[in-house]
Amino acid sequence: MQFESFSAFLDMGGYGFYVWLSYGVSLALLITLLVGSKISNRNTREQIARQIKREQKLKLAAKQQAQQEVTNES
Amino acid sequence: MWKWLHPYANPEVSYHFTDKIKPWFGWATFLLLSIGFVWALLFAPADYQQGESFRIFYIHVPSAILSAGIYAGMATAALCSLVWQFKLADASVSALAPIGAIFTAIALVTGAAWGKPMWGTWWVWDARLTSELILLFLYLGVIALNNAFDDKQMAGKAAGILALVGVINLPIIKYSVEWWNTLHQGATVSKLGAPAMAAEMYWPFLFCFLGFIGLVGYVTCIRFQTEVISRNKMRPWVRALVCDNNQPEEAK
Repeated sequence: MQFESFSAFLDMGGYGFYVWLSYGVSLALLITLLVGSKISNRNTREQIARQIKREQKLKLAAKQQAQQEVTNES
Repeated sequence: MWKWLHPYANPEVSYHFTDKIKPWFGWATFLLLSIGFVWALLFAPADYQQGESFRIFYIHVPSAILSAGIYAGMATAALCSLVWQFKLADASVSALAPIGAIFTAIALVTGAAWGKPMWGTWWVWDARLTSELILLFLYLGVIALNNAFDDKQMAGKAAGILALVGVINLPIIKYSVEWWNTLHQGATVSKLGAPAMAAEMYWPFLFCFLGFIGLVGYVTCIRFQTEVISRNKMRPWVRALVCDNNQPEEAK
């Protein structure tokens, strides 16, 4: 351990601001990248799933309409 | 080797491969970075000239190396896409570009925060710093071109050409500290030969570096998968996959 107390750790020998700025910005950017990538993956999946559902609904509606036309004719 | 690689041209095979390696990257990243950061911040010795500000080194250098390394990987993928019309390579290019941009930004920000106490200035227009800034603009250009076209194939071609032209910047970044008189110091760590630094500083650096590589691998897997399923959304295997994953959530 290089530091004697927690305040010495935060102070970083007078360079505290620069060291914590570096680590803070880096972590924030990396977490943004990670979370952003996960969110866009989930959004893409949900979007495709929605599209499939809509197609299925349209197919079902078309089928029902066709059936109704058949019963109307007879 | 080509026979062994051939099945991975299939998006489905590639997707499942990334699914398999993803957790390994995830756990390696978690372990390496937690050890690396604690070691770098608490246990590594202070530099005899720079004092505690030297701890910025442990994120600055790995991300700077990766910013160029990711670009090299992205340009290789762009070459494969342009020459062999290899569609998955386009997905890799657009998966890698934002990751590279983030690491370039980290290298620039940490460099500025290190330069202020050591050089007395946040920024100088010297060769190393300027060429690294151009690297960031190249990444942003690739991202912008990828989003500028509705047709993914055309977007991939345009972005790929920019990525390839930008390769000229890589040797400029690497040798800028030798070709010009710059404020930035020469390389401390190199692949060949012993590093010009003490072992108790080299080891935490290695942990951070490998941890960052793991993170790049992990995020690349996620982004690559997103690209693959959005480019193949009409395929039955993607449809099965998406429906499979969404049903348990709906049941809750």
